[in-house]
This record gives sequence, C-alpha cells and structure tokens, in this order.
Amino acid sequence: MAVVLILVLLALGSVVFHILSPWWWTPIASNWSYIDTTLIITFWITGTVFVAVVCFMAYCVYRFRHKPGNRAAYEPENRRLEWLLAAGTAVGVAAMLAPGLVVWHQFVTVPDDATPVEVVSQQWLWSFRLPGADGTLGHAETRKVSAENPLGLNTDDARGLDDVIIEGGELHVPVGKPVHMLLRSVDVLHDFYVPEFRAKMDMIPGMVTYFWFTPTRTGTFEILCAELCGIGHSQMRGTVVVDEAADYQAWLEQQSTFTQLVASGEPQTTD
Amino acid sequence: MVEIPAGSASAIPAAEVADMELYHPKSWWTKYVFSQDAKVIAVQYALTAISIGLVALVLSWLMRLQLAFPGYFAFIDADRYYQFITMHGMIMVIYLLTALFLGGFGNYLIPLMVGARDMVFPYANMLSYWIYLIAVLILVAGFFVPGGPTGAGWTLYPPQAVLSGTPGGRDMGILFMLSSLIVFIIGFTMGGLNYVVTVLQGRARGMTLMRMPLTVWGIFTATVMALLAFPALFVACVMMLFDRLLGTSFFMPAIVEMGEQLQHGGGSPILFQHLFWFFGHPEVYIVALPAFGIVSDLISTHARKNIFGYRMMVWAIVIIGALSFIVWAHHMYVSGMNPNFGFFFATTTLIIAIPTAIKVYNWVLTLWRGDIHLTLPMLFALAFIVTFVNGGLTGLFLGNVVVDVPLSDTMFVVAHFHMVMGVAPILVIFGAIYHWYPKVTGRMLNDTLGHVHFWITFLGTYAIFFPMHYLGLLGVPRRYYELGETAFVPPSAHSLNIFITIMALFVGAAQMVFLFNLVWSLSRGRLAGGNPWRATTLEWQTPQTPPAHGNWGKDLPVVYRWAYDYSVPGAPEDFIPQTEPARDIPTREVVA
Repeated sequence: MAVVLILVLLALGSVVFHILSPWWWTPIASNWSYIDTTLIITFWITGTVFVAVVCFMAYCVYRFRHKPGNRAAYEPENRRLEWLLAAGTAVGVAAMLAPGLVVWHQFVTVPDDATPVEVVSQQWLWSFRLPGADGTLGHAETRKVSAENPLGLNTDDARGLDDVIIEGGELHVPVGKPVHMLLRSVDVLHDFYVPEFRAKMDMIPGMVTYFWFTPTRTGTFEILCAELCGIGHSQMRGTVVVDEAADYQAWLEQQSTFTQLVASGEPQTTD
Repeated sequence: MVEIPAGSASAIPAAEVADMELYHPKSWWTKYVFSQDAKVIAVQYALTAISIGLVALVLSWLMRLQLAFPGYFAFIDADRYYQFITMHGMIMVIYLLTALFLGGFGNYLIPLMVGARDMVFPYANMLSYWIYLIAVLILVAGFFVPGGPTGAGWTLYPPQAVLSGTPGGRDMGILFMLSSLIVFIIGFTMGGLNYVVTVLQGRARGMTLMRMPLTVWGIFTATVMALLAFPALFVACVMMLFDRLLGTSFFMPAIVEMGEQLQHGGGSPILFQHLFWFFGHPEVYIVALPAFGIVSDLISTHARKNIFGYRMMVWAIVIIGALSFIVWAHHMYVSGMNPNFGFFFATTTLIIAIPTAIKVYNWVLTLWRGDIHLTLPMLFALAFIVTFVNGGLTGLFLGNVVVDVPLSDTMFVVAHFHMVMGVAPILVIFGAIYHWYPKVTGRMLNDTLGHVHFWITFLGTYAIFFPMHYLGLLGVPRRYYELGETAFVPPSAHSLNIFITIMALFVGAAQMVFLFNLVWSLSRGRLAGGNPWRATTLEWQTPQTPPAHGNWGKDLPVVYRWAYDYSVPGAPEDFIPQTEPARDIPTREVVA
C-alpha cells in the first residue's frame, strides 16, 4: 500500500510544489508575453496528463495488486480504445503546437521599423554597435579584426564610419521601439541571453544571426552568455539598460563613433 | 484475433541444425576472456559499462558539490568543472547507456529470446567488445594527458572545442575524446550488425517477427537506428580531427583566437551541429527504445497479463525510430540556423509525442485488471513510467519551438533530459537486472537491499530533477561554473542547489548498496531455479540455468505462441511458455 500512497503523494506533491514554488520566471520586460502564455497552456495540459497517468497507475496498483487466487484478465487489444487515446493525444498536441507556431511566426518576422543593434561577442566580452546618423550599419567581418579595430569594421565602407561603437560597456535601448538584434562572434559560439526579454539566440563566428523584441519597461538588465564558450563562460556578463527616449538620446550623444575612435588613436584593448 | 486450431502446430518440424562440437571453447582464456559466447560478451560489456559509469557518477558528485558550495573545494576550478561535466555526459550517454543496452542486454537477450544458439557472427561479436574496451581505455587515458580531458561539453561544439579557451582544446584532451568515439563506433558497428542479422536470420522455428518479445523489438530497432546514426558522428569526429591536426576548415570560419587571426576560413560551425544532432537525437531513442521494450516485458510478466496492444506497441517502436531521424534540429532552435526550420522541426517533434504517448497508455492499461506482483522489477517499471512521463511531458515545452526559446540552455533542459533519458532508462536497467540476474547467475538478488536501493533511487532522483526545472524557468543557465551575483536569482535558489546536491550524494550512495547486492548475491543469494518469475519467453525455458554455451542443449526450441500468453482463460497455470505446443491450450495471440 505504501506504493499507492507514495505515487499519489508524488503526483499531488508535484502540483503543490508548482503552485508554491518561489522559483518562477523573471518579470517580463519585452513584447514576448505570448511566449509566457504558450508556456502556461503547456503547463496546464502536461500537468493534467501527468497527474491523470500517475493517479490511474496508483489506482491500478491499489485495485489489482496480487492477492491469492487472483487472476488477470486476458485482453490482447482494444482497437477502439487505442485509437480514441491516440486521437485525444493528437488534439492535446495540436492545442500546444498551434499557438506555438503562430507566436514563432511573429518571432521570426522582424518588423520593418525595427532599429538594428549589433552585438559582437568574444571570449569573454560583449561589444555593441549602433547605426550612426545614416541609420545603417557598415560592413564588418572577422578578418578585419585587430587591436585598433576590435569589431572588424570595413574601413572602405562609408556607411560604417558614423557607427557608434561600445566596446565592453553598457548597451542602452529606448523603451517601446522594436529592436533588431544582429549577432556576431569573432571567436567561438556565444549566446545573447537576457532572461527578462525571454528571447535568446546563439552567436556564430562567420555568420550573422538575429532576433527581435520590443522592450516594454525601463530598467537595467543583466546579459548572460547562454552557450558554453570556454572557461570564462559564467563570467561573461554585460548590461543592457532600457531608457525613456530622452534619456536614451542623452546617453547616445556621449558615445563615440568609429571615426572618432580611429582619430583619437586611443588604443583599443581586447583583454 | 484468431484462435490457431489445435493440431496445426504439430506440423512444425524439429530443428535440423544440431549442436556442433567444434565451436565450444577449448581453454579458460577462450571461455571467459576472449570468449565468443554472446552471454559472456554481454557480461563483459555490462561490467565495463558499469565500471566507467561509476566514474561518471563520481564526476556528477564533484560538479554538484561545486554548484552547491561554489569555491569551497579548491581543486574544482573552472577547467576541471567543465572537464567533469563533459566527461560525465559523454560517459553516461555513449559508454554507459548505449553500451549497456545494446552490448549488454542485446548480447544476452537477443539470442536467448529468439531461440538462437548465439549471435550469427560470434568472432566479430567478440571483437566488438574488445574494441569497445579500447575506446573506454582511450577515454580514460584522456584524464591523464597534459591539460586533461576536453572540457567542451559533451556536444563538443567547434570552434570552441579545438581552441585555447577550452580545457583540452589546444592540448591532447579533444584528440583523445574524438579518437575514443571513432574507435567506439567501429566496435559498435561490429556488434550492431550482429544483433540485426541475428534477429532477422537466427530466430527459432515458429518465432515470427510478430511473436518476438518487445524487448527484442526495442533493441533491434535501436540497433538499426544506431547503425544509421553513428556514421554522422563518425564523420563529424574525423572532420574535427582534420580541422585540429591538418588545418582544414570544415567547421572553422575566420576566427580571432585571443587576439590572433587564425588561418582557418570559410567553414561552418553549424554544420557540425547538424551532424552531431543527426546522430544525437536518434541516440536519445537508441537509449529509450530498448528501455521501452524491456519495461513492456517487465510489466507484462509481473502483472501476469499480456502486454496491452502488442501490435500497436511494435508499430509505435518502429514509427518512433523512423520519426526520430527528422527531428534533430529541435536541439538547434536557438543555434542561429534559418529560423524557418523551426516550423518543420517543431511539428515533427510534437508528432513523435503521439506514438510515445500510446506506449505509455498501453503500459498503464496492461496494469488494468492485471494481477500485479509488486516485485522489484515491477517497482522499477512503475518508477520508470512516472519518471518517463514527467520527462516526456517537459519535452513538449522544449519541442515547441517558441516555448524553447526562453528555456533553451537553462537548467530546465538539464532537468528534462536527465529525467527522460538519464534516470528513466537507468530505472529500466535496474529493473532488468533484478529481473534477469537469476538467469545470468542462477541466484536471486537480495530483496531487502533491493528495496532500499529502489526507494532512494526513485524518490531521490525525482527530488533532484523535478525542482531543477524551476531553476531553469527562473532563467538559471546550464553549464555555469558559478552563478556569482546575478540580480534575478534569489538566495532561495541557492538553497535549492544545496538541497539538490545533498540528494545527489544520497542517490549515489544508494548505488553502492546495489553494487554490494550484485556481489553478495552471487554466492549468497537464494537459488533461483530456471524460471523464478514464471515467465513465458524463451530465455526462461533453457535446459540449464545459467544457460550453457549454445543455450539449448541438443535441440533448438520450437515456438508455438506469442510471448504474452499470461492468464489465458482455461489454462491451468497463469502463464504458458512460448515452447508449449498449441494443441493442448490454444494461443489467443493476435496475428498481424
């Protein structure tokens, strides 16, 4: 009987743990509340199935445990029941998949008015680049990376000369404006991850990857690296600040453009 | 369902192939060491896999100690931490689970369950084990080379795996890891071809495919999958070795390594991920399908009832095996591949939940109106269902592409895969060992020690991995040497980490009870007799226990019925062995 009791307690205990758990997602700071909604739907469906299966099993053990003289029934199959269960499962799966795919469509469709923001990762540092007055990022590639040009901008591309470069500092973004995050790495895989934004994406040397989001509240958030990148992985942190428009402008004006950095001849260290 | 008319079975002629003298071993060495007997090879595989698995267990303790008490143990620095997680993962997935299910259970059970004298290529079978042993030795040697083993994570993603920021990247570690995998795959291929051909060609008379026990179906399908999936890993390993040693650029784009421009250019790190997961996802089912098969037989035998929906169970195994080859990129939703692939892979991944769910329903429906004996194998089977259902359901979070985005690369993933492909298959392995140990040794394992082992393992692993999901939901990333000061992580999360570590130490200690039981019962266990569980399948009908070389004595068995004639109405006993002619009590098996 201990088995029955423990199985039931385990199913109910899991539900109680879920309700009382102090460990829950961080308060959201982006437009991806749809992701949270899909996650909640999934919790409801899977939680129901889990409790149902475990309790049914516990009931079977209680009701059909061996007693002297007992004999099992002989029933090789039951087509009707099997197909019913399969169909029910298919409905449950569709109920999770359909909203998931709708939200994924939004996730991969970058709005036209999204501002490009480039993140460049290296072991173990975050750098950023914003388009200058022309609103466009200049061409850049790993081959051009040097101590003087840590992000590898192509000096022949005029569009890049006014780009704003933030090496190892804080990134600021204005609240309420969609941002198109363009992700590059100059050495190994990294992953740009801010738990409050819900979105994350790997950064791959030789490619530009992307995602987009709209920050929905101001605040200071921690950037973590979410793809193993060597022994400094857990120390690879950065900061992103979501500002009101005015604060953002004030911050932006203090940043240096690529041309200014090159002209100042300030030696760029890459640690 | 048809009733096979009484009398028709007598038309099956006796086996014609007699036992031959020439193939019996002539010396101690060829009987116990360089043996060609699948049963000896099985035990060799199992002991080697369990031994290396103990190394992985100790590694898991060390990494848990670091997570609970960061910085307290000075010898666990970041290098070592990443080496521990890498080796723990690789050992558990490849060198323990794959080797134990296919090399261990496959070798022991396939010939006995299908009524063959041995594997069809005994010599290649022997080589398979020795090559596996060499692979394990190369793996272990990696711990002792300069720089230590690789710390690239078990996924070995380039470019990081071969660069200097990763332990073993510019040293010998990664070379030993890749070499060991290559050798493992060579050895596995020899064994795997054997298992497949034996199932297809070596079955006893009357043993149709749709009369085979689900254990054989599970191992057979998993082996076919492994033969198709491992080559992808093989080429990926060879290509990475070339990149590292010969300067090719399969996986290497232009890279700045610690301020230095490298000569590589044009390669694709994502190509490696595709190759790796084209192997890696089927690998999940290479571990899971044998567990599915074995647990079906455990439940049926110990509930004294035929497995519910046998044909559906067989087809579910086959369909899961096939589908698992078109879901691999669900490991790569946030890898930076073209995000439109997400639609396809999320759909295929969630579809695979349907045949998997059918298996779960049929297991619990087998219990319904059964005669449930709460033996240790049955307890482990019940624990498996709980753990597997839990881990399988969280797979629906991670498989659904957009829900995966916040959870990917967090502790949620760690909790999920440990539940579904770590703990769940291992619970089946334990159940299977308690079930078949009497056949292998002739003695029963001690019941009291078994119960201690069972309860601590089942409840302990649940206490480790269930709460861990919530750390991931909170946003705690995986593969972090230390969390440090992170604003969104409350102090209570740290207490939870300590709790998980203490549980892990307990669960690990309980495995020592199990090992003690294995050794102690070898000489002190209760004598089992030939068929202690009163089971129907052929391995319990051998003339000797443990079975002698050649398994069946003079005549091969003849099979008259399916593997699940339990509690047949009208039969005097609640089981009818597969060798029982149908003229006395007709089988009521379903015919495909």
